[in-house]
Amino acid sequence: MSDITSQSLFELTSNIKEKKLSSEEITKAFINRAEKSKKLNVYVTDNFEKAIDQSKKFDSNPNLDFKLPGIPIAVKDLFCTNGVRTTAGSKILNNFVPTYESTVTQNLWSQGAILLGKLNCDEFAMGSSNETSFFGNVQNPVGENLVPGGSSGGSSAAVAANLTPVTIGTDTGGSIRQPASFTGTVGLKPTYGSCSRYGIVAFASSLDQAGPMTKNVRDCSILLEVISSFDQKDSTSIDYKRNYYSKELSKDIKGKKIGIPKEYRVDNMPEEIEQLWKNGISYAKDCGAEIIDISLPHTNYALPTYYIVAPAEASSNLARYDGVKYGFRSPGQNLIEMYEKTRSEGFGDEVKRRIMIGTYVLSSGYYDAYYLKAQKVRQLIKKDFDDAFSKVDAILTPSTPSSAFKIGEKTNDPVSMYLNDIFTVPINLAGLPGISIPAGKDKNNYPLGLQVIGKPFDEQNILNISYALEDKINFKNDISDWWLSE
Amino acid sequence: MSIDLKTVKHISKLARISIDDEKANKLKGDLNNIFEFIEKLNELNTDNVQALTSIAETTLRFRKDEIKSENIREKILKNSPEENKDFFVVPKVVE
Repeated sequence: MSDITSQSLFELTSNIKEKKLSSEEITKAFINRAEKSKKLNVYVTDNFEKAIDQSKKFDSNPNLDFKLPGIPIAVKDLFCTNGVRTTAGSKILNNFVPTYESTVTQNLWSQGAILLGKLNCDEFAMGSSNETSFFGNVQNPVGENLVPGGSSGGSSAAVAANLTPVTIGTDTGGSIRQPASFTGTVGLKPTYGSCSRYGIVAFASSLDQAGPMTKNVRDCSILLEVISSFDQKDSTSIDYKRNYYSKELSKDIKGKKIGIPKEYRVDNMPEEIEQLWKNGISYAKDCGAEIIDISLPHTNYALPTYYIVAPAEASSNLARYDGVKYGFRSPGQNLIEMYEKTRSEGFGDEVKRRIMIGTYVLSSGYYDAYYLKAQKVRQLIKKDFDDAFSKVDAILTPSTPSSAFKIGEKTNDPVSMYLNDIFTVPINLAGLPGISIPAGKDKNNYPLGLQVIGKPFDEQNILNISYALEDKINFKNDISDWWLSE
Repeated sequence: MSIDLKTVKHISKLARISIDDEKANKLKGDLNNIFEFIEKLNELNTDNVQALTSIAETTLRFRKDEIKSENIREKILKNSPEENKDFFVVPKVVE
């Protein structure tokens, strides 16, 4: 049997069901590795002691019908966990201990999983490199001083470094798929309305979705099956019949029509990404898929639209952090001064920048010019996809315009940081499902991902296409464990 | 168009985030760069386009207005920055 922490979720689950491994053995193996992996800075808060207790409890009376029987899992620190500190990577929530549980994490525990701890992320999920976290940047296990992507950077690093078998992240403009691409892992953003947003610290409510981040496509299908559910507590949760994604997983994609959007050939795209995309196309053909050239004419307008819509929603959502009911408070002579000092000291620079953008585009006299305009362009972007999906079953693109960059390389230039999400943002604006799978490496040996985009609620189809491509690509991450300490 | 220092200060007032002059100047530069990037949208004529208000094409559900949770006062007050068993405490607002 291979080393416990390098096993996939599927392997661990089989080993538990066949009684070859106990939950306690598995849980301790991950904790032991985490103790030697502090240099990566993936954990904001660990739950190790309680996790061991829970694993023993599971082993004493194991329920092997669960989909995640006694499996320890660390989650992004954006999910509220009852009794375990939840910070959203922010000073303003540094001392916040929720008294309730997010629906998505509850779905994990209801299927037998055990909370290992809370993973680092960009502050309020605003960032593409995990450098905006109040708790410091995360190291990408792929190479020293590389960013792990963001905002789910602690999550992507933890999966790639074998510190959790699988994890869940959130994706507002690419925050699952971009870090998955940067770390050679799989990340899926479900259709808007698939996974409940209840108990997830809100960033931009019309874009936010939780989703699985895993080592391979099969694990991704298992985890999606667990977390996707209709929830009365989220008014935008959609009641539809969800698939048994893992049972229906198939490599047979013969006759599937896959669209290649010409607008994703952006200026200055590295040759290796162009090549990666071509390889993906030829693998899809080898699997019997039909390749069709398509056009998504408003692609170039997606990022500017996103940088109006997302900050506007964020500025409203983050109005709740006022130092009154929970979180950090800075004292003031009067109420207004307390608000202003609390928010000034409690938020980091990127979050303040986005609140300012959002406040401005929603302010009197500017609403029509910015917010309304953006909502109209968003309609055009959605229509592009509607038109495309009348001809194809799925769309294949690169996940990101580059591989992981160095820590500090883009921190002083917000716009160049935002450009990272050029291929992922349109999918959030249109509410579609998208998955990033590792597909190759660049000249530095850093991973690169391909993205498969599907019709609304067609997660099964993009999982199947990814499953078929994964088999052809046969990606190996070969991470050297350079960060381990004794 | 460009955002001047006065506007930056006005927005910070609206957003209830106090900023000093140095930060305000830095923000002015950042915001102008970002808005220059956003202005690209003006290339598009959207006169006859309906704004997208909801991505999930469903109507919001109705539910019965009934109390479901137990007495959660203690839970709600648990994380309040200044302790008081019954209320949230803020600086004096009425002279």
